[in-house]
Amino acid sequence: MAEVALRRVAKSFGKTVAVDDVSLSVADGAFVVLLGPTGAGKTTTLRLISGLERPDRGEILIDGRVVNNETPAQRNVAMVFQQYSLYPHLTVRDNLAFPLKSPILKTPPAEIARKVQEVAEVLHIAHKLDNRATALSGGEMQRVSIGRALVRDPDIYLMDEPLSSLDAKLRADLRIELKRIHADLGATLLYVTHDQIEAMTMATHVGVLDEGRLVQFGSPREIYEDPVSLYVASRLGLPRINALPSDLFGGAPPGARTIGLRPEHISQGEGKTCTVQRVEHLGDQTRLHLTLEGHDIVTLTDVHTDLEPGDAIAIQPRNPLFFDASGARIA
Amino acid sequence: MSAHAITEPSSRQKWIAGILVIGYALITIMPMIWIVMTGFKSPADAISYPPKVVFEPTLEGYVNLFTTRTRQTDEFLAANPPETWYEEIVRQYDMVIAGPSRYGERFLNSVIIGFGSTFLSVFLGTLAAYAFSRFKVPLKDDLLFFILSTRMMPPIAVAIPIFLMFRTLGLSDTHLGMILLYTAVNISLAVWLLKGFIDEIPREYEEAALIDGYTRFQAFYKVVLPQAATGIASTAIFCLIFSWNEYAFAVLLTSGTAQTAPPFIPTIIGVGGQDWPAVAAGATLFLIPVVVFTVLLRKHLLRGITFGAVRK
Repeated sequence: MAEVALRRVAKSFGKTVAVDDVSLSVADGAFVVLLGPTGAGKTTTLRLISGLERPDRGEILIDGRVVNNETPAQRNVAMVFQQYSLYPHLTVRDNLAFPLKSPILKTPPAEIARKVQEVAEVLHIAHKLDNRATALSGGEMQRVSIGRALVRDPDIYLMDEPLSSLDAKLRADLRIELKRIHADLGATLLYVTHDQIEAMTMATHVGVLDEGRLVQFGSPREIYEDPVSLYVASRLGLPRINALPSDLFGGAPPGARTIGLRPEHISQGEGKTCTVQRVEHLGDQTRLHLTLEGHDIVTLTDVHTDLEPGDAIAIQPRNPLFFDASGARIA
Repeated sequence: MSAHAITEPSSRQKWIAGILVIGYALITIMPMIWIVMTGFKSPADAISYPPKVVFEPTLEGYVNLFTTRTRQTDEFLAANPPETWYEEIVRQYDMVIAGPSRYGERFLNSVIIGFGSTFLSVFLGTLAAYAFSRFKVPLKDDLLFFILSTRMMPPIAVAIPIFLMFRTLGLSDTHLGMILLYTAVNISLAVWLLKGFIDEIPREYEEAALIDGYTRFQAFYKVVLPQAATGIASTAIFCLIFSWNEYAFAVLLTSGTAQTAPPFIPTIIGVGGQDWPAVAAGATLFLIPVVVFTVLLRKHLLRGITFGAVRK
């Protein structure tokens, strides 16, 4: 395992700027999650580090050495693709053994057998080892694909939305599994997702990308509680942060255009009166959809609330975030 | 239309379809059955009218195909009784076997030239198709069109320049010359067919292999080639059928050393009368390699190998 760093890296495809002047450091043993919507440059960042793409500008460092001119094989990185990319003509066993048999590693057969068995057991696919890679369910394929990365001992694991195609139960299981692997192996991971639960639960650090730029980098808690912009604030939190005109409640600092209220940052009982539109009982939480002077607001309330659509309720902000006209945080 | 397309055909429809398919198969296979049967007829049965469907089979055609024979005097025949079954067959006509015919060599020439040019076409075609499919090749579209344009006229249209080139280069009547010629004709087909197949193989596999520690070329032969097997097999069959059956260039450019079977088989007629059974026997044996090759590669023609392991 090693430290991986990007120094002012840029990459364009034709006129589309995919990654724009990104500097980023993934410390040895860190679990860094890159967050952002489709097209923000998350996958391109992974591909630049893996060597599948070459940067137009900037340097990529692995373990202190500049790897810009190295091939993917020379970089000693492992990658899990969003689309599994299992070798369809090989069995699960051969898929897992494939990286170990490479001319760079040339692992002895006994060692290959041992590692493949070990990884297969960790990922609960030991009983499928002799299946064709194509004769597996989606969840099994993705576990094989993660396994193919885990058999190696790379400087960094790169994972491109590895859980996005799995059902909720499997995703929750594998989240715990990945976190455990990170803790047990002391592995360095760079993980791309647009799923905020994955980001919040697994990451030691979160990087938020917006149109190719890294707009904030910090611990999940920092990103959630202390976002630099409205864009970052709306990346995390479910239901999403409510963005409202800053003068709605008063008390806004000068220059503020928008007030950001997370659902749990709204206290009920005092303040401005608004109308209940809808009550969603989710079991573990109950969401209130409100309107205040034509603005929609979502907040949480008592699980067994008696409120019904049409009722009136008074609310006021608690620990609000303020943003200026450009979306930058000012308070 | 749309309502019917997804329903199982009725048993009557299946019967009609079955009869049509069997009928079509019978019509197409009839000349082949005719050839195979004629190969086992005696010369008299072969030309009898109306044609004989039931006849006494004989290996005369095959013996005549593989031998040259001479007529001998009665004294010679009496002094040398036939020792083998094939000498006995020849003796019916008061002939003796003078030696082997040239069919064996011509057949071997066909094998060398046919399979040689097929291998070369598919080998070069696969590499070119991979490059066209994956890399930024300058003037890619123009090059592909240029390659295709070599098929826009019948190859024999350029027979005279090729004849002159071959004479100058000393390639006339050589195995190498014929292999190069058939490869040149087949390569455009190979490149275009294989490019289609390789385009279908997602790049993710190679990218995964590159990251797993393999070079671009290793990824190509360990990951891309096995998945292109279907395309390679069908391309190889098309290339072999062309070079195996090619007649016009073979007549023009070969006469001895490198002559293939197609121009040779008709010349059997000239040896001792119209020997249709020998011609038919030669044609029957000539069919076998292509049939065997196609049957061997048949399993690769089934699709489905690459399905399912990359989520689209």
